[in-house]
Amino acid sequence: MALFQIAEPGESAAPHEHKLAIGIDLGTTNSLVATVRSGLAVCLNDQRGRSLLPSVVRYHADGSVEVGFDAQKNQAVNPRHTIVSVKRLMGREEKDIAHIEAMPYEFVEASGMVKLRTPAGVKSPVEISAEVLRALKNRAVAALGGELVGAVITVPAYFDDAQRQATKDAARLAGLNVLRLLNEPTAAAIAYGLDNAAEGVYAVYDLGGGTFDISILKLTRGVFEVLATGGDSALGGDDFDHRIYCWVVEEARLQPLRPEDTRLLMMCCREAKEFLTHNPEARITARLSTSEMVDLKLDVATFAAITQTLVSKTLQPVKRALRDAGLRPDDVKGVVMVGGATRMPQIQKAVGDFFAREPLTNLDPDKVVALGAATQANLLAGNKTGKDDWLLLDVIPLSLGLETMGGLTEKVIPRNATIPTARAQEFTTFKDGQTAMSIHVVQGEREMVADCRSLARFELRGIPPMVAGAARVRVTFQVDADGLLSVSAREQTTGVEASVTVKPSYGLADDEITRILQDSLAHAKDDAMTRALRESQVEARRLIEATEAALAEDAHLLKAEETAAITAAIAKLRAAAAGDNRRQINMAMDDLAFETQEFAHRRMDQSIKKVLAGRKVDEIRMGEKE
Amino acid sequence: MDLTADFFSLFDLPRAFRLNVPELDSRFRDVQGRVHPDRFASASEHERRLSMQWATRANEAYQTLKKPLTRARYLLELNGGDVEAENNTAMSADFLLAQMEWREAVMEARAGGDHHELERLYNRLSGDMAGRYKEVGRLLDDEKDFTQAADRVRRLMFLEKLLSEIDDALASLED
Ligand SMILES: Nc1ncnc2c1ncn2[C@@H]1O[C@H](COP(=O)(O)OP(=O)(O)OP(=O)(O)O)[C@@H](O)[C@H]1O
Ligand SMILES: [Mg+2]
Repeated sequence: MALFQIAEPGESAAPHEHKLAIGIDLGTTNSLVATVRSGLAVCLNDQRGRSLLPSVVRYHADGSVEVGFDAQKNQAVNPRHTIVSVKRLMGREEKDIAHIEAMPYEFVEASGMVKLRTPAGVKSPVEISAEVLRALKNRAVAALGGELVGAVITVPAYFDDAQRQATKDAARLAGLNVLRLLNEPTAAAIAYGLDNAAEGVYAVYDLGGGTFDISILKLTRGVFEVLATGGDSALGGDDFDHRIYCWVVEEARLQPLRPEDTRLLMMCCREAKEFLTHNPEARITARLSTSEMVDLKLDVATFAAITQTLVSKTLQPVKRALRDAGLRPDDVKGVVMVGGATRMPQIQKAVGDFFAREPLTNLDPDKVVALGAATQANLLAGNKTGKDDWLLLDVIPLSLGLETMGGLTEKVIPRNATIPTARAQEFTTFKDGQTAMSIHVVQGEREMVADCRSLARFELRGIPPMVAGAARVRVTFQVDADGLLSVSAREQTTGVEASVTVKPSYGLADDEITRILQDSLAHAKDDAMTRALRESQVEARRLIEATEAALAEDAHLLKAEETAAITAAIAKLRAAAAGDNRRQINMAMDDLAFETQEFAHRRMDQSIKKVLAGRKVDEIRMGEKE
Repeated sequence: MDLTADFFSLFDLPRAFRLNVPELDSRFRDVQGRVHPDRFASASEHERRLSMQWATRANEAYQTLKKPLTRARYLLELNGGDVEAENNTAMSADFLLAQMEWREAVMEARAGGDHHELERLYNRLSGDMAGRYKEVGRLLDDEKDFTQAADRVRRLMFLEKLLSEIDDALASLED
């Protein structure tokens, strides 16, 4: 039997081993990967020293895939098979996507999320995003020279459940272990807050290529508490490009354009937009495939005029988030600007005017999200560097509810609830003898189900026949720390219990992920079996390490025979993990997990008691309520 | 301590309506600092589940205790009372009449786009409510008269709703 080293409580017994963890900003336009190196968050660059990776995926005729700068540069050559801004399609049905008719892609009839036909086969936005993630993962593995324990992937705070689930699936497809989905503005707040030792209420205004988020946070001695969040998951720099494009089409009196020309002009419009940030006037010139020439001048004033509605569209969610937080603009101590599109002077001015203070621009709006994600990944991986004892309390952006009679929504969890959170609601049957109930889970603020996003439908069967109104069906919503929802339902009055757990329907089913993984692995050298075995072995090692660390800290919570049972289970698992029988490893893991259940409870209990005992009772002044 | 402990004992606070809110805030942060899933990202599956349950519970407890109305209702519940038990008809006719007058005033101000009047109504109502919450505190903490307290809490439920309606009206004028 192994001998344990007993360390001082609170001190980890495991030798200080740096775990490789990364943070990924999966952007509409640009993506980045960062990590913490010697206590400092840094972006990892490509071989040519560039940190940004354009989120552009090109499928060549031979089925090969290209991601990044070259795909972006040549996007007008084959727009149909060069996918840009795929983030706007994540977790979306065809009918939900704005300007879909202007997209040159070949959409395939499919229920649920849209799918695109490419020379490499029919691809979902999840698979396309996975290409971007894979490119970044490979960059990280090459730069760090070792196996990654996991990644934190950022998502717009205003992403709904379907979009989050899709993002997590994409990361899993890319072979990443997702430590956490992190909201983009929160990631920025972490990077900013830790760097500047900020305290008080801050707003993060994040306008990227395709999404807009506003988050209001309170920073108190290392705790980042999101008070409210809002936004628009289909509003960003792309829309400013589109406004210029419409202006060009009108000014130059262009006839309906071919996809190649549309792309070409959109690229010109984006260049012009960026140019106008530092110049009074931009020239837009292009030779179309019809050999028609476009040659126009756009000045700052015109640009501001044609995009004014977009700018004020961002202020609505800002107002609402402040109201939800119970605050006024002048309660905000600083406004952190994130996202490339916040470089536009009209945005800076509008935000400055609204809050009556200069926005904070002393950080790189492109990198700050990735840096914050890396910082959290480092913490979650268990790399302690001393000063980083901080905690993040985030919220869900949109209310979660159920459909009730008459197509109305009944809210179960309100927006801006701190996660993780759970809530239960009871429902009853409306017909005598009714034995099944269909449950429809929706997300959104509107009263009518039709105006909310449908997340999942499932049926609870096996309700014993009773008179109408007698059954008690308890539907429980649980939102985890990634902001992902699971729902279960159970009939309570009789001994009969029926319960079901659903994952919202827009994510990929687990077997679908397995299939895609296996398909892609069929091309690779090692097959799915060895991969699964490797994963089990890694998992086993992790479990042994965690258990030993727990024993080292808290063995005093156990009776001698309990300690013996746990150490025996560890020894068994260690032996199993040395072999190549995956089933045996998994069984040994289950055994160890079983033996440590009670231990985990006692540790949690002790931990809470300890932190509260640190406070003396006489500290509790009996203040008047607010 | 276990997951079924009441919200006050979860934060080791005295079971009372009059509560030191800043103290609650910081105890909440302390407890989350120990139980939050981010602290257990590389722990075993069981520990991760446990952490999610605790963090969920801590959030629920904090939300309930933070606001005076939910705190009062929770205290009534702990003492076996039920605010929902009686319906509005049990409420005094005077109170219901005053309610209707308030509502009319709000509707009128809203229709007329009268920002100042709405703000005046808001301030008057929240001032009135502060006094009512004091009374609830006395009934719950000192006199332990839960029947009276339940009646006062029911009224406050109406008034909170009215207050948020005025707030909504103010917001819709701002947009
Ligand atoms: N100098 C500039 N002036 C104006 N806009 C700019 C400038 N530089 C970049 N942008 C715009 O910023 C947007 C990209 O920003 P960013 O890289 O932050 O977005 P993203 O992270 O890819 O998108 P999202 O966060 O919405 O998913 C593009 O629309 C780009 O044109
Ligand atoms: Mg971004």
